[in-house]
Amino acid sequence: MAILEILKLPDPRLKAVAEDVERFDSRLHDFIADLEQTRQAGPAAVGIAAPQVGVSRRIVIIDCSTTRKPAPNHGHLVLVNPEITDWEGFELGREGCLSVPDYTGNVIRAERIKLHAHDPQGELQAYEMAGFEARALQHEVDHLDGILFIDRLVSRRTDLFQRKVYQKRR
Amino acid sequence: MNWQMLTLVGEDRPGIVAQVTDALYQGGCTLGETSMIRLGGNFTIMMMVNGGQSEQALASCLAPVAEQLRLRFHLDPMHGGLHQHRIPNFQVRVNGADRAGIVASVTGVLAGLGFNILELDSDVVGSSDKPVYIMTIQGYAEASLEALETALNRLRSEEIDVHVSAIETLIG
Repeated sequence: MAILEILKLPDPRLKAVAEDVERFDSRLHDFIADLEQTRQAGPAAVGIAAPQVGVSRRIVIIDCSTTRKPAPNHGHLVLVNPEITDWEGFELGREGCLSVPDYTGNVIRAERIKLHAHDPQGELQAYEMAGFEARALQHEVDHLDGILFIDRLVSRRTDLFQRKVYQKRR
Repeated sequence: MNWQMLTLVGEDRPGIVAQVTDALYQGGCTLGETSMIRLGGNFTIMMMVNGGQSEQALASCLAPVAEQLRLRFHLDPMHGGLHQHRIPNFQVRVNGADRAGIVASVTGVLAGLGFNILELDSDVVGSSDKPVYIMTIQGYAEASLEALETALNRLRSEEIDVHVSAIETLIG
């Protein structure tokens, strides 16, 4: 196992769209072990995505079981080729990123999501997530699409209520 | 790095930031953290400015643009520098009928619990005959959510709503 180098802004590889994983072999499992070790070596990250270590593949790890205030979660999850299929509600929350050191900001995410993803053995699994875990998953899936949380920042004066009404009228 | 804190205030109009920052750039300055907001229709900005010049040199570089845009400015040598961010762990929201002393009473309670305010925004909205006060505060405190809630609940009334919540910053 190895701790991999985390790419930092403005590395252009963070802006690339990652490719699907096609082989669920030992090479994949070795990489997942390295990615997890890298997540744990950094400053208290609840998630990490393969593009953050320069591997342009659709793999994310999230673990929201250690938040200060416990929130509903599925524990430690390795999600390969994750795809969000359903979004509901809006919530403003503060985010930071291993790839954007020394900065945090407010981002609007869906409150509840449904998704499916392969596990490391290649079996398709389905999940429903809410709140903090849903936020973490959306943050990591954005990495797979070359999007950073700073691409979604909103002003600290953003009125979420007005935005909700605006969305419903559309 | 010898940062200066530059404060500029005046009547708002389009193009102020562009003209002021161009004058600073032409004068060899770099910018650090900045914060601009309109207050009561006025332009206000605070900027960390660094160029290695003396305060006098910086002032003379700004004087022509400030005069042209009718802005008042102020320079202070500052301690500290970049990369001093602190992540807030609590958010306080206050809203209700506008009355004197809301900010003082809320922030007084928070200060009593060792709450360090990192960001504060407040506004008077509604109409002039029925003004409504809205304030959001983000900050850091070692105190528990329960302790903050108990203390702030004493300020609640039929006309003032005070709400505190924990901020769990997601790092991913």
